[in-house]
Parts: sequence; structure tokens; C-alpha cells
Amino acid sequence: MSEIDNLGVSLLDDIASAADEAALEQIRIAALGKAGSISALLKTLGAMTPDERKEKGPLINGLRDRVQAALLARKEALGEAALEARLASERIDVTLPVREGPEARGRIHPISQVIDEITAIFGDMGFAVAEGPDVETDDLNFTRLNFPVGHPAREMHDTFFFAPDSQGERKLLRTHTSPVQVRTMLAQQPPIRVICPGRTYRNDSDQTHTPMFHQVEGLVIDKSAHMGHLKWILEEFCKSFFEIDDVKMRFRPSFFPFTEPSMEVDIQCSRKGGEIRFGEGDDWLEILGCGMVHPNVLRNCGLDPDVYQGFAWGMGIDRIAMLKYGMPDLRPFFEADVRWLQHYGFRPLDLPTLTGGLSS
Amino acid sequence: MKFTLSWLKEHLDTTATVDAIAEALTRVGLEVEAVENKAKALQAFTIASVIEARQHPNADRLRVCLVDTGAGEPVQVVCGAPNARTGMKSVFSPPGTYIPGKDITLGKGVIRGVESNGMLCSAAELQISEDHDGIIDLPEDAPVGQPYAAYAGLDDAVIEIAVTPNRADALGVAGVARDLAAAGLGRLKTPAVAPVAGSFPCPVGVSLDFAEQDRHLCPAFALRLVRGVRNGPSPDWLQARLRAIGLRPINALVDITNLMTFDRNRPLHVFDAAKVRGDLVVRRAQPGEEILALDGKTYRLGEEQVVIADAHGVESLAGIMGGEASGCDEGTVDVLVESALWDPLNIARSGRMLGINSDARYRFERGVDPAFCQPGLDLATAMILELCGGEASEMVFAGALPAAAEPIDFPWSEVKRLTGLELSQAEMEQALTALGFTVAGQGERVRVTPPSWRADVGGKADLVEEILRIAGLDRVASTPLPRIKGEVIKPVLTVLQKRTRLAKRLLASRGMVEAVTWSFIAHEAAKLFGGGSDALALANPIAADLSDMRPSLLPGLIAAAQSNADRGHGDVALFEVGQIFTSDQPAGQLMAATGLRRGSARIEGVGRHWDGAAKPVDALDAKADVMGLLAGLGVPVGGLQIVAGGPAWAHPGRSATLQFGPKGVVGAFGEVHPKVLKALDAKGPLVAFEIHLDALPLPKARPTKVKPKLALSGFQPVTRDFAFIVDRAVAAGEMQKTAQNADRALISDVAVFDLYEGQGVEPGRKSVALAVTLQPVERTLTEAEIEAVGAKIIVEMARRYGAALRG
Repeated sequence: MSEIDNLGVSLLDDIASAADEAALEQIRIAALGKAGSISALLKTLGAMTPDERKEKGPLINGLRDRVQAALLARKEALGEAALEARLASERIDVTLPVREGPEARGRIHPISQVIDEITAIFGDMGFAVAEGPDVETDDLNFTRLNFPVGHPAREMHDTFFFAPDSQGERKLLRTHTSPVQVRTMLAQQPPIRVICPGRTYRNDSDQTHTPMFHQVEGLVIDKSAHMGHLKWILEEFCKSFFEIDDVKMRFRPSFFPFTEPSMEVDIQCSRKGGEIRFGEGDDWLEILGCGMVHPNVLRNCGLDPDVYQGFAWGMGIDRIAMLKYGMPDLRPFFEADVRWLQHYGFRPLDLPTLTGGLSS
Repeated sequence: MKFTLSWLKEHLDTTATVDAIAEALTRVGLEVEAVENKAKALQAFTIASVIEARQHPNADRLRVCLVDTGAGEPVQVVCGAPNARTGMKSVFSPPGTYIPGKDITLGKGVIRGVESNGMLCSAAELQISEDHDGIIDLPEDAPVGQPYAAYAGLDDAVIEIAVTPNRADALGVAGVARDLAAAGLGRLKTPAVAPVAGSFPCPVGVSLDFAEQDRHLCPAFALRLVRGVRNGPSPDWLQARLRAIGLRPINALVDITNLMTFDRNRPLHVFDAAKVRGDLVVRRAQPGEEILALDGKTYRLGEEQVVIADAHGVESLAGIMGGEASGCDEGTVDVLVESALWDPLNIARSGRMLGINSDARYRFERGVDPAFCQPGLDLATAMILELCGGEASEMVFAGALPAAAEPIDFPWSEVKRLTGLELSQAEMEQALTALGFTVAGQGERVRVTPPSWRADVGGKADLVEEILRIAGLDRVASTPLPRIKGEVIKPVLTVLQKRTRLAKRLLASRGMVEAVTWSFIAHEAAKLFGGGSDALALANPIAADLSDMRPSLLPGLIAAAQSNADRGHGDVALFEVGQIFTSDQPAGQLMAATGLRRGSARIEGVGRHWDGAAKPVDALDAKADVMGLLAGLGVPVGGLQIVAGGPAWAHPGRSATLQFGPKGVVGAFGEVHPKVLKALDAKGPLVAFEIHLDALPLPKARPTKVKPKLALSGFQPVTRDFAFIVDRAVAAGEMQKTAQNADRALISDVAVFDLYEGQGVEPGRKSVALAVTLQPVERTLTEAEIEAVGAKIIVEMARRYGAALRG
């Protein structure tokens, strides 16, 4: 065996047994460093004759290449092993609880959610959203809506009043969102299509009544809107809102001062174990009132009832929220109990859309 | 309004079932609230005969009865009733029967060692009266084995309808029958009223003593004396009829007036003529007059009330309730019968003031048929003569009946115009005629006169409703409402509406829970937040602590946070987006977005955690909420000023006002003032913010949706750090701005990356460390250029704040 071969065997042996990268680096310096054993051999090439060089050159260069390759391979293997060892030592308890993020804690109140749902449906039918003040005049809340002064129908409303002002005018809290209809008709020429969601107030409190509640009314005024259209809108709304394919509704003649003819609308449902389901069963549940806008109301809003016609409807937002989402009682809506809100509220990005569905 | 099926059939010739009648009533607008059929519930109860009743061997108060139920072998029943006796007829229920009065289902039993196979029942057990003194004692001829309910006339369904305020005519059974006949449920057969000819002049006169402008209070008053009557109990059929609808029979005369009220919507009043002195005067009450009314209560009257008086004084509250002093009882021999018309508004107001809800008031305030004033008196007189005997006087009549209604000019096309439903003229005319309307003329336009009992009908739309409810609302076909123009809808929400709904989502995304609190709060709470003015205080609040319109959403939210804390949930983050009130004018109502955090309810997490407990909330948490809200709403905050010190509800040193210039205040944030917390009985730590959404600057209207061009620099940004020692009072935000202004073109960002007070920094001063980022645009900066900017910053800091670089 030549000296070169011996050196090769010895170096490859050392490389294979190098324990870590530091030992490997020492071997590399000892072989390939300036004063290294292979470097020394390479230096001898310069003093050789061409024939000697032709013979020894490939041997020495070959040795250098083998050692370099072995060094590289061993370095990779050691690195691999070191990473393995590090990874093996790096363990966390993945079952440790993380903090609940804001998106998990935040909630939207059912009333806001249902208003968004209603807006999505009627928005698609081209209805704008009209609003008005909660503190109203007697004129807009009653008189223009065809409640004659002193009429018992006013008493049915259990109105909250403010003290008369210096002119003797007594403001009140609106008992329904209908004054917004009047404001809309006074401010805008037909065609009119608006919904009016908002807070309403009646001096009444028991199991099913709170002194403050929410209503949404709708108003359509043009030169041809009739009761058939009203029926269609309400049927489409109920199907869309309650997210059912079919709904059976019953229209009953009724009375409201501001509509003529007036109707109340029942929706067919089943009641099983306290749960109400629509689109099935043989019970009826009253959900809204509606009718053709009374000629007196049109006149009071500056519209000629022989030229313009239209219809209006109104329903309780809190009530339809309860019907859809199953809250058994109205009062907790306004008690801000976070347990109730967490349970019945909606996630921040539960955005009701017609394309994605109203509820998820 | 309640009536029985048999009562209805007095007016309506029909073969329709109860179910069909109920369905039709609802269809025509007389909504059925309940149909009660006692016979169904009492099916199992039959008439039985007690063959033998003997003493129970082991119990003094029990008897062992052998009962013939009419079905096979006699049955042994143990009975505790004191009146159980051999030979009596009573009501039997076999084991398995549900006993409504006891809410139990009867089983077979052994009572004190004796087998009992059923029960003999009291009226209370059947829930047909309060009588539980003993078992029902039936006459000798009661048919054994037959259902008791049918025998007792309890198989007559009781129908209860809800009558809307416009349909006074349906407050009498005859009126209900008219609607049903018009709807095709049978033939109306209400008998015509024959006038009663009096045989002597009425000895009591009537005068209507009103000023000219008060004449409407009593348009007409009819009176008659019937002398020589016997006023005992009314006959069984009349008592049963009244009982079936929940009225208590009193005596024949009173029962007749009640029958007239419910049968014909014609309330009457009867006076015992022996107790009336002199003539009757109808007038306004004099202030301070009193009357002991038939309900046993004494009412003090004012000018608002209309009364019927005699020489004694007030005898009756007109149209509302009679007086005790002149009431009829068993001793009544001569009776005065009154049939009058009253002003509905006055009756309503007067009844409300007195707090009397009577059947008469209920009807008069809705309006009775004026044309039936005298026929009603005749009908009652005839019934008195029939049931009580006696002799009737001539009728005294004061006032005048109101003129008949004007005809309505009615084009038949109105029905189609308002409903979309095409009906034949014949059908429409038939419906109106059946309801008592008179149709004059032919062709497209007719003149329709409403009947006297339909004061609610005054225009074309009313006639459409009448036709439609008889034709059936279900015949109106659903018709799609065409879109106004185009197929794809244009956006409909206003900026404020969009911001309102977006604000809710944004705040919820920050881990806050949306509350909806009352619009009215306690007066003291309103005052704490700048409200409590007289104009916004309710005159009739529902509760003392719900009296004033809220000037801020905070009082409601603070109270809510505290009640959650009281329930053990102290770390709450709540918000509300809703209306607040600064005046009683529409413009005084603003839309606020308000949030609070309590305890450790910080955005990154709540309460204790293995990774370190959340710190208590501080004012800057509220600032983060409000800044997040403004950013999310897309409000440009370049011009936003954060001015130290907030409104009165806030801790003066830990709060700020948010404004776009001194006149553009949009809100505030801060720690809630300890005094405010104390006044509201709440505990902190509690921080909050409030933003007025309507005060925020509107987005700029832009002609295009194209975003401004994006200019990105290809050169590396350079960051240099500076730590300055300044007085504690120096605002870090101001220092940020100063650094920024050193070279507005080159400096792209200034961050406060460290804040230190304590060892190494002399007391009263603090170290504020800024990281200033320079973004070269045209070429890489030289070290000298960077140094120049840094030097300028240091000079400015020293000049403005006396800042020294930290050594």
C-alpha cells in the first residue's frame, strides 16, 4: 500500500468516526488546511517531473476529492443527527389552552342581527331604510295617521308623554314606527318603497310586553300597488326570513286607523314541545298587521288618494326574532346579561346576506 | 264578545257546524278567540240514580251508594257528600274519567275498606259552578244513563270573538248573525220589532239640560214607565243564556237589559220608579256631586261626566252605570226604562276618568245604532210585559235622532284598483246589500248608503273592505311587485346607516358584546351625563328609574356591567350603538357608538391565564377601541386631535376628547370618574369610550372608484433609534409629531418603542424612545444625510421639550 493510500484510509476512518462538527473541522484542517497532510502532498506536485506528476497527480487529487466528499457527507449526517436530537428535545404541550380571541367573545345582539336580515331581504326588493326620531309630535304619531283627537284608538296605545312645552305642545315617545311613514311621504314624491325599523315605546310591562320594543314597518306608494302585491311581498318575506321553502299565510280582515282595508296576518305553524315551526302543522300564529294606506292618511301627507295608492305593514322585530331563534321571553332582550347575549347573540362576522344565507 | 250557538241561531237560520261558523267568523273579521264546548269535556258524566245509600261501616261521614248508571249492573260508589240519599238522581263518572274541577283522573279505589267504582259529582267538580256543598241533585224525571251535559243544556258551544273598535255593530248577536248571513252561512231571521202602544202618558218627564255647544252629549233620550210588574228571577232560558256568557242573573228587569245589551248592542237602563223623585234631567254633573253606583262604589263627579238626575240628585252615570239608589230589585213594581244616545268621546273619556269598565260604556264609546234607540225601548218593553206583566205607558222622547249617513259615490272599479281582485258587480252589490247597505243607481258608478249601525263606514276604501271581507281575502291573488327600474338593486343605505351597522360588527370583532339598553334612564343618572332637562323627562314614566331620555349610552351600559358583575361576571366588555337625546327636536337625537371594558376584559384576553394574567383595563384600552372603530369605519384620522381631559363622566387625568378641531368634537375615551361610579353604585376598573357617529366627517365624494397610484420605493428604509429624557408631562404624541416634522418627505414612520420612568432617570422625568424610519425615494442615503436628519430631530426636541438624549 502506498503512502497516499495509507493516508486516505486513515483520513476516511477519522472522518467516519468524527463525533461532531468541531472534530470534523479539525480533521479538515489537518488534511486540507494550509499545513494539512493532503495540502503537503499537493505541494510536492510542483517539484515533480512531468512523468511523476502524471502518475502521482491523479492519485493525490483523487485523495483530496474523496476526503472532501467524505467530509461533506459526514457534515450533512452530523447536521441531520443534531437537528433530530434538537427536535426530539423540543416539545410543547399542545393541549395547553390559548386565550379566547376577541372574535370568539364578541356578539351581535339578536335585534341588530334581525334588522340586518330584514334589510337584506327588503333591500333586494328595492326598499330603502327610513328613520325618524323617537321623540315625536302628537300630530305625526296620531293625527296624521287618522287617529282622531280623543278617539279611544289612541288609548289602545298606552303612550308615554313629555310635559307640555311653552307653546302647550305635548311631545310623546312614538308608539309605533308609522310616523316615519308620514315623514317619508311628506319629504318624498312617490314611488316610495321604504322599510322603517326602530325603537317604539308603550307604557306597558308584563310577561310579553316591555315599555320599549322594536318595530319594522314597510310602505309602498305608487299609482298601482294593490293588495295582491302586499300579499306577495309578505309571503316572500316570510319564506326568506324564516328560511323555509313554503309558507301558508292567512289574511284576516281587521282594523287599524291608518289602513283601509286592514288585515291581520297569521302564519301556519306547528307547536311541538314548546318549539314553533313554520311551513307545517295546523296552528295559526299572528305575526303582523297590514292594509292599504287609508285615504285620509294619504290626504294628510299631501297625496291625492284617487291618484296614489299603496300599502303598509308592521311587525315586531323582537317578536319575529323570538319566533325564528326561539327565545322564550322578551324581557331579557334589554337586560344585557352577558350569558344571554353570548347564547342568543350572533358572531361578529355572521353577516346576513341573500347570497350566503341569512343565518349560518 | 261571547255568545252561544243556540243564541246565534235565534237570529240565523243555519245548518252550519260550529267549526264552519267559527271559520267564517274569522274570515269576515270577527276573529274567534275561543270556542268552548262543555259537552265535549263532560262526555263521560252521565245521569244516574242512587238505588240505595247506606252508612259506611268504617267512617261516619261516608256513605256507600249502590248506583244505577243505566248501563248494566248497579255500581258501588263510596260518597262523602252530605246530601247523598236513597232514591236521588245525580251525576256519575266511571273510573278513568278526568275530573276538571279537581284536575285528577279518577281511578278505582278502596276507601276505608270498601270498594268504590266511580264517583257521584258536585257541580264544582264539573266546573259548571262554584257549588261544592254536595253532589248534584237532579229532578226525579232526569233520564238515567243519558249524558248530563246535554240534559243540562251545556252542549251549547260558547263562541268568543274579538271585535275590533270599528265594529260596534258586532257587539250584539244580531249583528254577528248579519255578517254570517252575508258570508253565506245561513238566513238572517232577526224578528222585526213591533212598536208598543202605551195605555197612559208617562208620568215622568225628561229634559236635556245642555248648553248649545253641549247638545251632542245626549242627542236623544227615550223613556217609558211600566207599572205593576213582578220582578222575580227571570225564566230559566234567560238565566242560562246570561250564565253561558259569564254574566250573573240578577232579576228579570236587570236580566232583560243585559240581554238587550248583548243581543242587540242596545244598552238600556231601568230605574225603580218608586225611588225616583220628579222628572229626569240629563245634564253635566256639577263638580263635587257624588253617586253610589251599582258596583257598590261611590264616585265623585266633575263637569266631564254626563248624568241623569232627579229631585234627589244624580241617579245614573249616563251610558256608563246606574245608581244604587234607584236600582231595581225584587220589590220593584213600577219601572222606568231608558234608551238613550250618548257622545262616544265623552263616554270614553268619562269612563276612563272614573275607572269604570262596564258593558254599557264599552258599547256607547264605540257607537250604538242611533236608529235602534226607540225600537230598542219597544223591544225591552215588550219583553218586560211578557216576563213581568204590567202595563206600559206611552214613550217620552227628548232630543232628535241624528241625520242618516250621506251616500258614498262608489265606482265598482275601486275594488280592483285597491285589491287587484276582479269581482262581478252582482257579487259586490249582493255583499253590500246583505250587510244592510243601500245601493242606488246602475252601471260603473253607484251611490251606496251605509246602514245606521255602520258609523265606521265613510268612504270608498271602507266599502272595498266590506265587499272584500265578505268575498274572502283569500281570493286576492299574490302578485309579484315589479322592481321600479332595472334588475340589479342599487345600494339603499345612507352613510350613517352603514356606519351604524358596521360599528356594531367592528366592536363585536374586538371581543365586545352588544347590549340593547333602555332609552330612558333615572333622572339622577341622566344629570351625571349632561342630560336631565325638563323637555326630555317623561310625564308618565313606567318606573321612577326609567324617567329621562338618555343623554349617553354609558349610564345604561355601566348599570349593565355592574349587574353582570353582581352575577359573577365582572370581566365584561359591552357596547351599544344607539340613539341618545340632546333635545326634544329631531335634530337633537344623535347616533352614538359606546363601549366599556370592566375588570380585565382586554382585547387580548380576559382574566388569569397560564401565560400570565390579563392586567386590569386602562384608559388606553378604550383608546384602542375607539381608534380601531374609526379605522374600521374608514374615517380619515389625519386631522383627529386627541386632547387631554374628557367630559364630566371621565377621570380628568385619564381621559381625552376626540375632535376634528375645537368645534368638531366627535367623542371621548377614558377611565370612568370614581364619583360617577359611586353615584351609579358601580365599581371599576371601568374604562369607556363614546363616539357620535353622525358627527364624524363624511367620506369625500370621488368621481372614480380607482384608488390613488401606489408608489413603492426600491431603496432600503433606514431606522434610527433615539431615547429622550423629558418631563413627565410632555406628551409622547407631540414628540412623535415633532420628529415626523423634522423631514416630512423622508420620514415615513415614527414609533414610540420604549417608555421608562424609574432608576437611572431622575424623578419627574421620563425616557421616551423613538424609532424613526427614513424612506429614501430617489437614491440610497449617505451616512451624512442620515446624520443630518437625526441632528435636526435632536435640536427640535431640545428646543420644544428641553429633551436630552439619554446617555
